[in-house]
Amino acid sequence: MPVHRFLRALVLVLSASVLAGCNTVVLNPSGDIAAQQGRLVVISTLLMLLIIVPVIALTLFFAWRYRASNKSATYKPDWDHSTQLELVIWAAPLLIIIALGALTWISTHVLDPFRPLARIDAQRPIPAETKPLVVEVVALDWKWLFLYPEQGIATVNELAAPVDRPITFKITASSVMNAFYVPALAGMIYAMPGMETKLHAVINKPGVYEGFSANYSGAGFSHMRFKFHGLDEAGFDAWVKSNREQGSPLSREAYMALERPSEREPVRRYASVADGLYPAILNRCVEAGRMCINQMMAIDEAGGAGRAGLSEAAITTVPRGEKGLPARTLANEMCTPENPNGVRIVAQAETNPQ
Amino acid sequence: MADHSDLTQLIFGRLSWEAIPFHEPILLVTFIGVVLGGITVLGAITYFKLWGPLWRDWVCSIDHKKIGIMYIILGIIMLLRGFADALMMRAQQAIAFGDQAGFLPPHHYDQVFTAHGVIMIFFVAMPLVVGLMNYVVPLQIGARDVAFPFLNNFSFWMTASGAALVMMSLFVGEFARTGWLAYPPLSGLAYSPDVGVDYYIWSLQISGLGTLLSGVNLIVTIVKMRAPGMTLMKMPVFTWTSLCTNVLIVAAFPVLTAVLALLSMDRYVGTNFFTNDLGGNPMMYVNLIWIWGHPEVYILVLPVFGIFSEVVSTFSGKRLFGYASMVYATVVITILSYLVWLHHFFTMGSGASVNSFFGITTMIISIPTGAKIFNWLFTMYRGRIRYEVPMLWTVGFMVTFVIGGMTGVLLAVPPADFVLHNSLFLIAHFHNVIIGGVLFGLMAGINFWFPKAFGYKLDPFWGKCSFWFWQIGFFFAFMPLYVLGLMGVTRRMSHFEDPSLQIWFIVAAFGAGLIALGIGSFLIQLVVSYLRREQLRDVTGDPWGGRTLEWSTSSPPPDYNFAFTPRIHEGDAWWDMKQRDYERPTSGFIAIHMPKNTGAGFILAVLAAICGFGLIWHMWWLVIGAFAALLLTTIVHTFNYKRDYHIPADEVVRSENARTQMLAGHV
Repeated sequence: MPVHRFLRALVLVLSASVLAGCNTVVLNPSGDIAAQQGRLVVISTLLMLLIIVPVIALTLFFAWRYRASNKSATYKPDWDHSTQLELVIWAAPLLIIIALGALTWISTHVLDPFRPLARIDAQRPIPAETKPLVVEVVALDWKWLFLYPEQGIATVNELAAPVDRPITFKITASSVMNAFYVPALAGMIYAMPGMETKLHAVINKPGVYEGFSANYSGAGFSHMRFKFHGLDEAGFDAWVKSNREQGSPLSREAYMALERPSEREPVRRYASVADGLYPAILNRCVEAGRMCINQMMAIDEAGGAGRAGLSEAAITTVPRGEKGLPARTLANEMCTPENPNGVRIVAQAETNPQ
Repeated sequence: MADHSDLTQLIFGRLSWEAIPFHEPILLVTFIGVVLGGITVLGAITYFKLWGPLWRDWVCSIDHKKIGIMYIILGIIMLLRGFADALMMRAQQAIAFGDQAGFLPPHHYDQVFTAHGVIMIFFVAMPLVVGLMNYVVPLQIGARDVAFPFLNNFSFWMTASGAALVMMSLFVGEFARTGWLAYPPLSGLAYSPDVGVDYYIWSLQISGLGTLLSGVNLIVTIVKMRAPGMTLMKMPVFTWTSLCTNVLIVAAFPVLTAVLALLSMDRYVGTNFFTNDLGGNPMMYVNLIWIWGHPEVYILVLPVFGIFSEVVSTFSGKRLFGYASMVYATVVITILSYLVWLHHFFTMGSGASVNSFFGITTMIISIPTGAKIFNWLFTMYRGRIRYEVPMLWTVGFMVTFVIGGMTGVLLAVPPADFVLHNSLFLIAHFHNVIIGGVLFGLMAGINFWFPKAFGYKLDPFWGKCSFWFWQIGFFFAFMPLYVLGLMGVTRRMSHFEDPSLQIWFIVAAFGAGLIALGIGSFLIQLVVSYLRREQLRDVTGDPWGGRTLEWSTSSPPPDYNFAFTPRIHEGDAWWDMKQRDYERPTSGFIAIHMPKNTGAGFILAVLAAICGFGLIWHMWWLVIGAFAALLLTTIVHTFNYKRDYHIPADEVVRSENARTQMLAGHV
C-alpha cells in the first residue's frame, strides 16, 4: 500500500519537525496504543488539511483580488447560484467525511480501551500464553493508589510495568470523577466512584513517563501526578521485591486513612494488601458495617428491601470529620449468603487475621 | 427563650461576616474599585438628572430596540469581568513553575476558571447574541416589535439578575470551584458544601428562564409577524439563523433547567440523583448537561453565521451565493446538533459502537458548516469588496474559524480524543471556534448595526486597531495551547513542575495582552465615535448600501419602526426596493398602535434575584417572602389593563417629515 507508506513517511517527517524543540509526547509516545492514536491524529489532520488549506488560500486570494479598488477584476453582482458548484461544495467535504468516518469506525473499535490487546506493537502479535499484568487503579483525593493483585503489593503515586507485557488496568475512584492518563502509554479513561472502567495498554520502551489526572477534581488536582516506570523483566522483579521489603501492610484501616484528602503525597509502598480490598473500594464498603453497592443493586433488582430499607436500623449517619462537610449517610450491612448473620466486616477480619 | 445563635441562623441562614473577603487583597481592591466606579456612575446620573429618563425610557422599556441595546451593554460589561479572569489565569500559568507558587492558590484559581467559563458563555456571548437578534430581527421582517414585548423586557431583566448574582459572589461568599459545567460528585453537597455551587445554580436558573422565554418570543415573532409578501424563503438569512437558534433555545434550555433542578434537590433536600451512594449516578448529569450544552454552542454560533451572511453580501455588493443552500445548511445543523452530545465525554467509557456513532454524527455536521464557508467565499468571488470594519472581522473569521473547525473534527475521532480530551488542545479548539467564530461575528455585527441603532458609525481607525489586536492576539494566545496539548498538558492546572513548558505559557500570556489591547481599542472606539459623532453621522439610514429592510428606516429608527408596513416582493427586500426606484411615502400617515412601557419586568427580576440570594444562603424566610411577592406581583400585573396606547397621527407626521427633511438635506 504505497499510499499508506507515503502517509507514514509524512507522519515521521512532520513529527520530527514538530519535535524539534519540544517533547510532543502525544505524537511520539512509547506505548503501542498511544502510538496508534497519535498516528490517527496526524492522518486525520492531513486529510482535513486537503480542504482547509485550499479554503484559507482561496479566502485570502479572493479577499485580495476582489477588493473594490481592483477595477480590473470581473464584477457580477447578481451571480448567486451555480448547481455544479453547489454539488462540489457539498460533495467534497462529504467524501472526506466518509473517509474519516470509516477510519473512525474501525479505529474506535480497534482502540477501544475495554478491548484486550491484539498485538505488542506493529511488528509483533501477542504470544499465545501471555498473561496480562493486572493493575487496579484507585483515584483518591488527590493521589493515585495502584494495587497489583498478582504480586500482592500496592503503591501510591508510583506505577511500574514490564516492557512488552500487556497491562490490564481496572480503574475506579473513591470520591469524585478523575481521569487516568499516561500520555506515553495510551489514551485516558475516566475514573468514577462506584464504577469500574478498563484500559488495555502496553509499554514498548523502558523509561520514566508522566502520569496524572486529566479531569479536574478539586484543590489538590494540580499535584495529582505520578511517574510510570517502564522496566525490563529483571528491573520489574527488583521493583516488586523492593516494595515487599520497604512497604507496610495496606489494611482496611490504612486505606481509610489514605482516603482522607491530602495533597502532594510522596511515593508510598505497601508490602501486602488486605483480602478483598479492591472489590470493597469499588463497591464503596471498606468501612465496617457498610452495605456494598453491588449488594444494594442486587436487592433493588430483586424488588427492593421494602419498608425495612426505610427504617432507621438500615441507615447509619457517620460524621466526616472535616470542617464544613456534612455527615455521610451509609446503608448498613445486611445478611448475604457469605455473611448469613449480617456480621460486621471488621469483626470478621479481626477473628481471621491474615 | 430562643438561643441567640439560633435566632441569628434563622435570620441570616449561613450568611456571616466570614463571607466577606476581608483577607483577600485582590478582592478588596476590586471591591473598592467597583464602589468608586459605582459612586461615579450613580453620581453622574444624579447630577445630570437622568434617573427619571433612565427608569421611564430604559428600565421600563418594552421596545425591542432598547432591550437589544441593554443586552449588549450587559454583555460588554460582563466581558470585562470574564476577561479579567482570563488575564489572571494566563498570568498564573505563566509564572507558577517549580518553587514559584504564583499569586493564585488553587482555592482562588479554581473559582477564577469556573467563573471565566460561566460568565463568558452565559453572560457575555448569550446576551450579545440575544441582544443583536432582538434589535435586528423585527426590523428585518418589517415588524414594529416582537410578539410579546413585556416578556422581552422580563427576559432581559432576568438575565441581568443572573449576572448580578454571579457578580455578588465575588464579594459575598465564594463562587463554585467545579469548572463551568459543575459535574457531580464534585458539585454535590459532599464535596462542595459551600455556597459556590448554589450561586452557580440559581444564577443560571434565573437567567435560563429569561433566555427560554426570549426563545419563545422570537420564534412567534418570526413565524407570525413578517411583513406581507415575505415568505420564509424571502426572509433575510440573519432572520433564518435567528429562527433556528431560537428553536434550539426552546428545545435545549428546559434540559438545563431540569438538570440543575435535580442537582439542587440533591443539595437542598437530600435526594440521590447524582451522588455516589444510595443509587445516584453522576454520569446521568454529564449526559443531561451536554444534551443542553451542545445545542448551546450552536445557539451561540448560528446567529453569527447569519451576521456574516449579511455582512459579506453587503460589503461585496453582491447577492449572497446559494441562499437556499444556506437555509438548508442552517436547518440541517440545527437538527444534527441534537445528535452529537456524547462527543464531549468519549472518555467516560461508553464502548466503541456508541462512541463511533456520535463521532460520525459530529463529523457530518462539518459538511453543512463547510458548505456555508464555501458560500461566503463564492459571494466574495466576482464581488467588489469594501473593507469596512465588519468585513475585516469576516475575513478574519473565515481564516480563523476553519482551523478551529478542523481541530473539532479531529477531536471527534474517539481514539484521537482519548489522548487530547481535557487537554490544552481542547481549550485551544473551543476558544478557536468561539473567538474566531462567535466573538469575531459579534464584533462584525456591532460595527455593522451600530449606525442603525445610534445614528452614527463607529470610528473605523479604532475599529481596525481592535480587529488586528484581536486577530494577532488570538494566534499568540492559543496556538501555543495546541502545542501544549500535544505535549500532554491538561487543563485547569494552577501549578506546573516541568520548566520546559513555561515559554509556551509566556507566549500565550503575551497574546492575552494583545487581546486586552483589542478590547481597550474597542472601548476607545466607543468613546471616540461618540465624540466624533457629527463627522460619523448616518443621515440616510443606509450607510453601507444595505440589502435588508432595517436599512430602509432612519438611523435610529422611530419607536414604531415603520410608518407603513412594507409589502415584500423579493428576498433582499430593501435592495429590491432600491432597484425598483422605491419612493418613500411622505403623507397619509395614521395613528400607530404601540405597547406600553412597564416596570413589572424589572420588579419581578429583582424579586427573583432576592429569592435566589435567600436560597443560596439558606435564608428561608427571605425565599418564602420573595416568592410570595413574585406571585403577588405577577397576579397584580395581570390586572394592569393599560398595556397599550396609540401614537397620534400628527406625531407620526412630524417624525416622518423630520426624516424627509434630513434626507433632502443630504444630497
